[in-house]
Amino acid sequence: MTAHVAVASALEVSELRVNTLTGSPVLKGVSYAIAPGEVLALVGESGSGKTTAGLAALGHFRRGLAPAGGTVTARPRDGEPVDVLGLGERERRTLRGHTLAYVPQDPALSLNPALRIGRQIGEVLEAHGYGTSDEERAARVAEVLGEVGLPADEAYQRRYPHQLSGGQQQRVGIAMAFACRPSVVVLDEPTTGLDVTTQTLVLRTVAALTAEHGVAALYITHDLAVVAAIADRVAVMRGGEIVECGTTGEVLRRPAHAYTRELVDAVPDLDRGGDLPAPDGDTQTLRVKDLSVSYGEHEVLRDVSLTVHSGECLLLLGESGSGKTTLSRCVAGLNEHHTGTVELDGAALAPATRRRSAEELRAVQYVFQSPYSSLNPRRTIAQSVEVPLEMLTELPKAARRERVAETLDRVRLSRELAGRLPDQLSGGERQRAAIARALVTTPKVLLCDEVTSALDVSVQATIIDLLCELRAELGTAMVFVTHNIALARHVADRIAVLRGGEIVEVGPVDEVLSDPRHEYTRRLLANTPRM
Amino acid sequence: MSRLIVRRLLVSLAVLWLVTLLVFVATLLLPGDPARAILGQQATPERIAALRAQLDIDAPVWERYLNWLGGVVTGDLGTSTATQGPVNDLLGDRIGASLVLLVAAAVLSTLVGLALGTWTAMRRGRAADHTVSGISLVIAALPEFVIGVALIVLLSTTVFPLLPSVTLAPPGEPVWSQPSQLVLPVLTLTLVVTPYITRMMRATMSEVLDSGYVEMARLKGIPEKTVLLRHALPHAIGPVAQVIALQLAWLAGGVVVVEFLFRYPGVGQALIDAVNSRDVEVVQAITLLIAAVYIVVNLLADIVGILTSPKLRAEVTR
Repeated sequence: MTAHVAVASALEVSELRVNTLTGSPVLKGVSYAIAPGEVLALVGESGSGKTTAGLAALGHFRRGLAPAGGTVTARPRDGEPVDVLGLGERERRTLRGHTLAYVPQDPALSLNPALRIGRQIGEVLEAHGYGTSDEERAARVAEVLGEVGLPADEAYQRRYPHQLSGGQQQRVGIAMAFACRPSVVVLDEPTTGLDVTTQTLVLRTVAALTAEHGVAALYITHDLAVVAAIADRVAVMRGGEIVECGTTGEVLRRPAHAYTRELVDAVPDLDRGGDLPAPDGDTQTLRVKDLSVSYGEHEVLRDVSLTVHSGECLLLLGESGSGKTTLSRCVAGLNEHHTGTVELDGAALAPATRRRSAEELRAVQYVFQSPYSSLNPRRTIAQSVEVPLEMLTELPKAARRERVAETLDRVRLSRELAGRLPDQLSGGERQRAAIARALVTTPKVLLCDEVTSALDVSVQATIIDLLCELRAELGTAMVFVTHNIALARHVADRIAVLRGGEIVEVGPVDEVLSDPRHEYTRRLLANTPRM
Repeated sequence: MSRLIVRRLLVSLAVLWLVTLLVFVATLLLPGDPARAILGQQATPERIAALRAQLDIDAPVWERYLNWLGGVVTGDLGTSTATQGPVNDLLGDRIGASLVLLVAAAVLSTLVGLALGTWTAMRRGRAADHTVSGISLVIAALPEFVIGVALIVLLSTTVFPLLPSVTLAPPGEPVWSQPSQLVLPVLTLTLVVTPYITRMMRATMSEVLDSGYVEMARLKGIPEKTVLLRHALPHAIGPVAQVIALQLAWLAGGVVVVEFLFRYPGVGQALIDAVNSRDVEVVQAITLLIAAVYIVVNLLADIVGILTSPKLRAEVTR
């Protein structure tokens, strides 16, 4: 099979080694080949070197990295195979954008904010002398915009990136990559940060374009469900090496390598779930009634009402902009500009934290999305976890210390990490510390705002297991805010679907997933990729 | 967009008006009697009383302020108490002379600063970068009179006797009639200001060169020169314009020391003379002038910032 692929492949990377300038290896001999029209998914966690491996296909190395051996061979549409790494900077440039194209991870950062989108697509054609006249190039810009499903008219082309939605921006990125009809496209997590509906659209566009034009695609991702939806073959990367490579069906269904099995098991699945603890009673711990928030004309939340029982987990589901974070901030007292009431055990809470009593503050705690920015970088983990006790309790120092140690044990952070600063910890360890900080006051309500979306899939799985256990142990009422419906069976008892500031559907997880009432929920379910 | 600019303009006018208040109050607070200061210790009480009447010192403060403000608005800066001539005539030539210094130094330092900053940003971590950074740090640490004196020693004394160390033009003759006398003052001002612009440009440009859209432009196969001019430079100009504005505004004040050092017949010299002879009207006029330069330069920087950011442009038209 290898020999067959090598003859026909549009891109062949063999024994590629990349080091940092100080000599430590980032890629330790990576080999892969992609045939025209084929999609190879490169899967791995952050730090596994998958982006470096993808960019190396274009002969590009980020600051501080340098190639240390191996070859990259690309076959242009019309011509002989070329050794990309052996070329000078000038010849490499003529290949980039023309034969080898790249779709970046975050279009919001990768589109030039000061240039109109038509111009940004057009300049690729200009740089590579596509066509013979400006008219021909303008026609190609319009054509490729049509191919990715965007309007091609003059007015649309004159827009700036900030006037487009995230999904549209990403499709402009794809149009830019496909403009010169390349033979190889490297897509670097192009759907991370997009909601599922847009993700499906982008995936379909990519699949159609690669198949139609016989483009070899390298699709870099950490999301195995997306892999199942788009890739022909999968290469799994870990620590700068490819540990397993095979067809998508083989790898996902019968993973050979232990690490691949771990990854596959960690993927949240809509249809299977963990054994969730049953809520232990019907005491309404948290009750939100007719909550509304508006900024000027713009209504963010409209008459939202929900209840959470003790020991129960409510999954608050919504896409970006649906108001789910605003809602949890209102409950926590971080957003006082709202109407309606928030009740804890039947007693109304003040809208702002500074008007709440220490007891009320202890009872409602918040875990933020990014553990990279929610922990004070100058405090050790133990100091950060101790802060709520210092501020909200009268406990003497020794008792506080003891409580901190207990809580760190509970979230399974080893004692030696307690004295470290956040930047000496991994993302998963940091999020555990943030959870410990929220739990140290033994809250009645725990608000988890997208707590796993900044983490890798396997880390996400361990954090979710931890939260489920803690909930069973402590009887905490939990609100789990997320955009990922696939997590539902793994964490929640009930789901509330938030859309445009209104709750469109509420019910037990099984009911909502098997028999969604609202059109929007049905669409979300249909668009969620499954393995 | 024009609405934002008009709003900035109105704010600038309000600030300028506040400055007139401050300038006027500050001159009121100067200790001593201006009439006695002008006439000297031997003056008779009658002559002092006569001068006081002429200066209008006994009128209520607000009336004197309004009279003065009315004059300023209509372009009449009053009468110099020292020379008894109109302040406008006194300052006319000197403003021209100072402007020559300012504009030359501004253009030179901006161009050199932007170019050097970009060049070092592209060579980050290499020898050229370290050299330029080191030298600019040393120069930035030196006060302007030290730089001026050092230049005089180097270029107009025994080392390289090339240029005149003071202004030679006789009064009444325009300063640019002998261009060689401009070189040292312009060079001094340029050397003072350029390091800041260079360092800021290097920092901003480094950030822009590391950005996603510059990497993307390179991965699109755009030639490096186009990447630099079309994708990187416009994003660096906006933030750097603010620093350039601060530096140019500083020039308006820094010119005082440099003019004194080179005996250059500009507003700086005039300010020093006027303070010595307690010529309140001239001090007021020049202070106001320097404040106006500050405000105008900052306004220009804001406008450049707005023009280089489509997002800002759009937010205003919406």
